[in-house]
Amino acid sequence: MTAKSMSGAPLAALSRRHALAGALGLGLSVEFLGRNAFAAADGAAATRKLIVIICRGGMDGLSVSPPVGDRNYAGLRGSIAIPGFDSPGGALKLDDTFGLHPSLLAVHQLALKGEARIAPSIATPDRERSHFEAQDVLENGQTTPYATDSGWLNRALQAMGPGKVKAISVGATAPLILRGPIEAASWSPGPGVGRDPRLPAILADLYAHDPMLSRALASGLATEAMAKLASSDASSALTAITAGPNDTLANMAGANGGRDMTGQADAGGAALRPLLRQGLPVARQLGATLAGFMIQPDGPQLAAVSIDGFDTHANQGSTQGQLATRLAYLDATLDGIAKGMGPAWKDTAVVVVTEFGRTARINGTNGTDHGTASTALLLGGALKKGGIVGDWPTLADAKLFENRDTAPTMDMRGLFKGLLVGQFGMDRRALDTAVFPGSESISPTEGVVA
Amino acid sequence: MNHDSGAIDRDLAAAIAVTRFGLGAKPGELLTARDDAQAWLLAQIRPALGADQPMTPAPDAAQRLLEFRTYQRDKRAAEMAHQDFDPVKVVGKLIRDDAGQDFLTRTQLAATTDAAFRERWTLFWCNHFTVSAAKAQVATLVGPFEDDAIRPHVFGRFEDMLVASSSHPAMLLYLDQAQSIGPDTMAATFLSRTGKKAGLNENLAREIMELHTVGVEAGYSQADVTEFARAMTGWSIGGLQEPDAGKFRFRPAAHEPGVRTIMGKTYAQGGIEQAHAVMKDLAASPHTAHHISLKLARHFVADEPPPALVATLQRTFQGTGGDLGEVAKTLVLAPEAWSPQAVKFKTPYEFLVSAWRAASVSPDTLQQVGILNALGQKPFSAPSPKGWPEDAETWCAPDALIKRMAWTQNLAAQSLNGRDPVQMAHDALGARLTPLVATAIERAETREEGLAILLMSPEFQRR
Repeated sequence: MTAKSMSGAPLAALSRRHALAGALGLGLSVEFLGRNAFAAADGAAATRKLIVIICRGGMDGLSVSPPVGDRNYAGLRGSIAIPGFDSPGGALKLDDTFGLHPSLLAVHQLALKGEARIAPSIATPDRERSHFEAQDVLENGQTTPYATDSGWLNRALQAMGPGKVKAISVGATAPLILRGPIEAASWSPGPGVGRDPRLPAILADLYAHDPMLSRALASGLATEAMAKLASSDASSALTAITAGPNDTLANMAGANGGRDMTGQADAGGAALRPLLRQGLPVARQLGATLAGFMIQPDGPQLAAVSIDGFDTHANQGSTQGQLATRLAYLDATLDGIAKGMGPAWKDTAVVVVTEFGRTARINGTNGTDHGTASTALLLGGALKKGGIVGDWPTLADAKLFENRDTAPTMDMRGLFKGLLVGQFGMDRRALDTAVFPGSESISPTEGVVA
Repeated sequence: MNHDSGAIDRDLAAAIAVTRFGLGAKPGELLTARDDAQAWLLAQIRPALGADQPMTPAPDAAQRLLEFRTYQRDKRAAEMAHQDFDPVKVVGKLIRDDAGQDFLTRTQLAATTDAAFRERWTLFWCNHFTVSAAKAQVATLVGPFEDDAIRPHVFGRFEDMLVASSSHPAMLLYLDQAQSIGPDTMAATFLSRTGKKAGLNENLAREIMELHTVGVEAGYSQADVTEFARAMTGWSIGGLQEPDAGKFRFRPAAHEPGVRTIMGKTYAQGGIEQAHAVMKDLAASPHTAHHISLKLARHFVADEPPPALVATLQRTFQGTGGDLGEVAKTLVLAPEAWSPQAVKFKTPYEFLVSAWRAASVSPDTLQQVGILNALGQKPFSAPSPKGWPEDAETWCAPDALIKRMAWTQNLAAQSLNGRDPVQMAHDALGARLTPLVATAIERAETREEGLAILLMSPEFQRR
């Protein structure tokens, strides 16, 4: 697609192109869900927003929120350890034990304001260390893979009241987490309606006697129109961002040029390098576009986003390198969301999760293998201020899960429940039986949402 | 028409044969089907030869598997030697070069074949016995799996395809059977002494029952699944140093000894033949006949198919001991399969293939099939062992429809070459072309717009 073939203002066209590059070149896709028609009587819930970001591939929690104050951390991690708070370019301090990866500058800025927290030893109920199965469990909200065809976000929408809540998915097809009985509209970055402006109207006429096609077309066109608005709103929100501290970050990643510490080209190879450099503005734009969607009067209140590329078996890197680049990308996306939300950020909660963490020890190829617990990031103006969420088991030898992984101290379903209760006032019974069936023993995590 | 026709004329029968049973009309194809649409379809059923093979020579599954194993070994060696080794890069190349080429060749066959009913019938079975590149180590084996385990058997006995699929390295890996070890065996004792994790893996046994044969409604229990999994222990793959490296290998030392009871029937202690005996009974079960017949009717006719059609197919399946050539004949001859109303909505793959056929183009680069990612049907990567969904609700999503619309405009711009879209519409839809759509195409401002209207028309999106 060239910019010429796109309709709309040049600015919108440009951001669309960026969004496309982001989706195709860097493996990011966005899925929205929920145009929630809460009545005024529903109070706060009517404006609340929840975004679930799934980092696929097994994101290394020990690099996202390095426990540099844990006495075993540096030894286990060797060359991929993130240096401590005192080292230049080292971990960004959260408390005496935990920091954030230096790529997570924007997240750290939010943390300083009490708008970002970490849950450093969280896991799904799955213990098999298979991407395939663990992602399935994360999304289906059950304890075993393939247990249902529906995702817990969709069932949450249903439990909040069928008909009251409309769903919109952004992405080619809905990811499992929002698949289910609630009908979802959908959008993903792409060439829009194409080069022929007459075609949609002609087809609408031809579909008049085909209700399924005509409904889908109408919904798709409406979403495209909304995307244009969201994308231009996002563009103005971004004008403010470009002067922000993240330019430093963009420059840093640019200088790094997609190379890891050893000077080897990373997994993306030379061809990907320009795209990676372009990646940060693209990611920020995509985050801002997502926010732009959610602040429309009829915008969705729930969204799911996927970012892949976290499977760092080799040459993971430390403060720079493969994982640092991915995290910078995540940080830019989150920054775009936060800035793009504007005043609505105060009603927003974002949770960043992964299917499993990685081994505590560095492996033989300067990477890490599939593990168990990892870190969840919590962000948003709706959060309650506080320290880490859940207990830290430490990295002491005897504490490692099966002598290799960060031990899980918290079931991810509890955190999700806590967010659904805090943001939308969902009741416990629905959460225990419908959204996360058979999870009576898992209490909603308290004190997450203000 | 052999059945009491009268109901539909020759032109409509040809259009249904080519678009619903086939993969969409190439120019001229409707003419060849017009004499006798059912005979045209029946002639594509060939029990002795099976389906067409996309590649000659067919890629060798064992060799592909060994490539992957060699890569894993190199990776371990590099780890031991503390050398840098980039598994992503190596695997990426294996997958692009092998799996990518397999998929492209298979798509070219679909876009050009003269026996499109045979190919649609085959694609149904590939999806029924899904192995998916979503599991990286299986990616380069999906093509060989379809070629070895599915294509030769599509008009043969169902039981043979079941055994071929369940003993193919791709399936043994995809559903973790290769590593399943009977708890009371020498292999388990040996492995536990070396501190390795070893035990029963129920994955393949469960999916054979739930997805491939009797279906969940057959009312089997968890105990039945576990018993079947025990019977299947030993079904594995030869290692790098073994004579049958990369091929099916039965490992007696991993086979759980003892009599098994599955769905009320007992199976004598034995080796490889114990699971064979179970599969034979599963294949012959009326539940399987029903499950398969329902899926076939759903695929070919409607998401909610006429019960009479399902019953007819089931009778043939049971009466012939699962002779799939006979089942295919029954489908072609069933009046319910010829309803004039086209209700099936094409999956992304079906839509692309039919559009390429209508435009007389065949994709010649992987980039051209890349649109499948955006449409949600990533090549060879079904989301679960259940395979791709086939219902309209899944695929007629708003965003997907917008994406199809954008894609048709590109295709029209690139492939029209001055042809007349009105003629193309008649060639593609024949008697299924409605006056409304024909008029819209005639009134199009450009030929490109005319072709886009044809491809996006309800008549073309459905079959």
